Amino acid sequence: MQLLGRSICCVRGGREVFSGLDFEAASGQALAVTGPNGSGKTSLLRLIAGLLVPSAGSIDLKGGGTELTLPEQSHYLGHRDALKPALSVRENLSFWRDFLGGDAGDGEQTLAQIGLGHAAHLPAAYLSAGQRRRLSIGRLLAVRRPVWLLDEPTSALDAGGQDLFAGLMRDHLGSGGIIIAATHAPLGIETRELRMGGAT
Amino acid sequence: MTALAALIRRDIRIALRVGGGALIGVLFFLTVTVLMPFAVGPDLALLTRLGPAILWLGALLASLLTLDRLFTADHEDGSLDLIVMSRMPLELACAAKALAHWLAAGLPLIIATPALGLLLNLDAASTSAVALTLLAGTPALTFTGMIGAALAVTLHRGGLLLAVLVLPLSVPVLIFGVAASQAAITGPLSFGTPFSILCALSLVSFVIGPFAAAASLRHGLD
Repeated sequence: MQLLGRSICCVRGGREVFSGLDFEAASGQALAVTGPNGSGKTSLLRLIAGLLVPSAGSIDLKGGGTELTLPEQSHYLGHRDALKPALSVRENLSFWRDFLGGDAGDGEQTLAQIGLGHAAHLPAAYLSAGQRRRLSIGRLLAVRRPVWLLDEPTSALDAGGQDLFAGLMRDHLGSGGIIIAATHAPLGIETRELRMGGAT
Repeated sequence: MTALAALIRRDIRIALRVGGGALIGVLFFLTVTVLMPFAVGPDLALLTRLGPAILWLGALLASLLTLDRLFTADHEDGSLDLIVMSRMPLELACAAKALAHWLAAGLPLIIATPALGLLLNLDAASTSAVALTLLAGTPALTFTGMIGAALAVTLHRGGLLLAVLVLPLSVPVLIFGVAASQAAITGPLSFGTPFSILCALSLVSFVIGPFAAAASLRHGLD
């Protein structure tokens, strides 16, 4: 499986964020997208996720062997964590598992894996920023998708959380997944770097 | 199918929790209806004549009250991104959200109608007629209102913009809803004609609403 982007051009609000961008990532590879603020890291992830439309160029997933589109095979972990404060931790996770088509019945195990087993009944409103991030990461585990698109995934995580997440990413790459992560900090796994240009 | 049920279940659950919209809508409906006799005066015959119109206006405003959060809440916390990316067609997701909103916010209004009819000097037969027309008509309000809710996401404005956009669209529903109620209570027109048109308006909105809302959401992605 290979994710290929060819001469992508992104225009937002009438301003060209980047153009002529090429990237590729194969199964088992992680691509760290780095660059200064405003260089288009998040825009690139949202382009891959199908949430933005490139003004030129193409992004394809080759060798998936299914009829699903690239966004349907991707997990997007953005700045906003897609959690409902009124629902409990367990309800938040099981909603996304059911909605995204995961296997039922492994909710407790996933919660234990991300270190939230003790908080399963708490409304998500009472979680700290780091716990919210852990819960969002739980979504990646509850539903298997080959492509992970991560936007600053380790922000707000404590040292233990970062190690835990590095381990989870390593497992994902080991099982043939692809990771594209926009990041400023080292992820703790072996990555290739895609350097975005400075803001013009 | 699990995904659809999960989305409906989640939205209903959020609406019924503390801070959700379901109870607020009923309380607002109650307030509007209680205020009317004070404004109109204690003329029982007049109240009976105005009753159906007051109930319809109250239900219309109450169902709009929470509708503006239909998509903006999901947009603000990032859920909408994941819904757009998912395998479920966006049109179906929109329809599911509107259905959940109607079940959580519209249905309680209809259940409350017989009690509120008492305050307006309507007899049992009249209030059941009004409740029946609300049952047929409020889905149309929700499903056309959904278009406004989706536009509110695109335009990054909520609240009043929605009311301004949606209220003109709900004029036909209001006309035939009140006409059907009046026909049932006082005659002389037949109940069937306006009621059939009311049902037709709801059916049309089931088709147009989800497609228009999904198109608006796709267009407004950023």
